[in-house]
Amino acid sequence: MRKEKISYRKAIYKALDYALGSDEKTVFLGEDISAYGGAFGVSADLYKKYPTRVISTPISEGSFTGVAVGLSMTGYRVITEIMFMDFMTLAMDQIINHAANIHYMYGGQIACPIVVRTPAGGYRGYGPSHSKAMENLFMSIPGVKIVAPSSVEDAYGCFLSAVYDNNPVIFVEHKLLYNLEEEAELQSGKQVPLGKARVIKEGGDVTIVSHSYGVALAKEALADLEADGIDAELIDLRSIKPLDIETVIESVSKTGRLVTVEEGSIFGGVGAEVACQVIENCLQYIDGRIVRVGKADVPIPASLTAERFVLPSKGSIIEGVKKSLSW
Amino acid sequence: MDILEFYKKALTIRFFEEKVDWLFSRGLLGGTTHLCIGQEATAVGVVGALRQDDYIVSTHRGHGHLIAKGADITKIFSELLGKREGYCKGRGGTQHLCVMELNFLGTNGITGGGLPIAAGAALSIKLSGEDRIAVCFFGEGASNQGTFHESLNMASIWNLPILFVCENNMYAMSTRFSDISKFDDVALRAASFGIPSVIIDGMDAGRVFENTKKIAEKIRQGGGPALIEAKTYRFCGHSKSDARLYRTREEEAAWKQKDPLPKMELKLLEVISQGEIEVIKRSIKASVDDAYEVAVAGEDPGVEEALEGAYAQREDLLPQGNI
Ligand SMILES: Cc1ncc(C[n+]2csc(CCOP(=O)(O)OP(=O)(O)O)c2C)c(N)n1
Repeated sequence: MRKEKISYRKAIYKALDYALGSDEKTVFLGEDISAYGGAFGVSADLYKKYPTRVISTPISEGSFTGVAVGLSMTGYRVITEIMFMDFMTLAMDQIINHAANIHYMYGGQIACPIVVRTPAGGYRGYGPSHSKAMENLFMSIPGVKIVAPSSVEDAYGCFLSAVYDNNPVIFVEHKLLYNLEEEAELQSGKQVPLGKARVIKEGGDVTIVSHSYGVALAKEALADLEADGIDAELIDLRSIKPLDIETVIESVSKTGRLVTVEEGSIFGGVGAEVACQVIENCLQYIDGRIVRVGKADVPIPASLTAERFVLPSKGSIIEGVKKSLSW
Repeated sequence: MDILEFYKKALTIRFFEEKVDWLFSRGLLGGTTHLCIGQEATAVGVVGALRQDDYIVSTHRGHGHLIAKGADITKIFSELLGKREGYCKGRGGTQHLCVMELNFLGTNGITGGGLPIAAGAALSIKLSGEDRIAVCFFGEGASNQGTFHESLNMASIWNLPILFVCENNMYAMSTRFSDISKFDDVALRAASFGIPSVIIDGMDAGRVFENTKKIAEKIRQGGGPALIEAKTYRFCGHSKSDARLYRTREEEAAWKQKDPLPKMELKLLEVISQGEIEVIKRSIKASVDDAYEVAVAGEDPGVEEALEGAYAQREDLLPQGNI
């Protein structure tokens, strides 16, 4: 199969198409996923291809997530779309008290294979209720997996892995990645395993760990860093839970320095977890400051100018890297 | 309707719940519990009118529903005792008690949490073209949750094969329904979703059975969702420690006059003698006691069982074609 230029949005579309097309026991639920094609245009014409299994729901995030739980307990794999990640708050009871617990609390009698897809992230001036990346909210919930790929091939492959996983998976799609186009080989049905990080660029001076749109920002920073003579290694976690800490440890053991980049809050964030596990496992190799780059501890303002001060940027990543090297 | 079978089921529920109550008073059970003493007629009447393959989604007050569905009371005791032999290996306990082999999709610790799950099971039935139905029990208190309105709406627009059964026992913990609702009847709310409803005497197992039978058949034939509101009363407190200060002893005494069990005995006396009824009572009481003794002699979970199983593995083969 030859590589072709394809967008992140199209990759998710193709993965959805593959999942719905290859198994009649797969259902896709969400708001405005029919004629509107999904708020971000991901589901496009799927409702025509699978008219009974692509189901546009009322604006009832709490309950259509519960419907997904009921479907999954009775033999279906379910994909849901939560229009903006911020609206996850309305689905939290069904995700946290039901979906996440089902396999364990029912003694392994049953599993809950659902994927909750959700467009996330800021930089678009949408303000506090339409801009958040909230991966960290789910980190303390046993039973849930969290996946947030940054590349087109991973969007396709990780999505299919999420669909065929037997657990609830929160699948985070950054809005600014939808239009990302890459040469990609989307082999029909090929899965990218969850819990395996990807080393995007090797380097010896510092390890940058990120996921989702943070990887795109870090990639931009790499060129500037190189110009300053800094050879950074960039790791894309791809999935936050399960977390491939081994790849990070291996890298930090070599570079001795760690910078984490995320769009969510630093306090209680992904970087906090990664940094702590690094300290627990390879403190002896660390010879620089550990730096976390992420959102400031404030809501996300609507003003595009103000938003830039709050969210991570190429500049704050470069600054973070320099800080880690300056110790 | 086999009145003798119904009576035996109702009696099993009553004795089971009384035993649980006794165990709590002796400090022999952990956590909490919500007993359905007084409400047995809704459990046996509704479930008795269903097929084995119909799905049931229950509530925090769910022991009766589960026993009526045919569960093994030893394994329920084991679950309440946190034993390895319990239906959920002791991990779920009273409020998270699921029995997939009986199509019983769980009691539920979140008030209103089961409503959308039942709608999901009903959607599953519809998509698969099956002729079973989903039945969702809930209390009148739960009808103030968003999930009630959202789930009834979805059931209605998608014409789902689901029967909503509201066990209206007038109080949600201490809160009287008339204090938190403009109207006394939950059934009125179904009308705003175009869902037909009936209000019935929930203390009369025969009445509950006949209504459920008729309505369930209609749903089975594609008639869409319906709601039954069964007016009932819990004779006991809300949970293990409840001084019942929110209601009068007179009100309780009046409802006890409507106890569903003596009513069934009166019917039974047309076919068997009082002596035979006493024998049945003694034997069911003994079987409940025996079940407890077997359960309590079971094993506690080991450390590995406590720590494994948060995630299902890909290769896990689970029942119900779930995976
Ligand atoms: C979301 C949620 N809120 C509150 C509670 C605490 N609680 C447990 S049962 C109950 C009353 C429920 O009343 P109702 O639905 O009428 O059922 P009943 O107890 O009368 O059977 C309450 C408030 C809970 N378990 N879940």
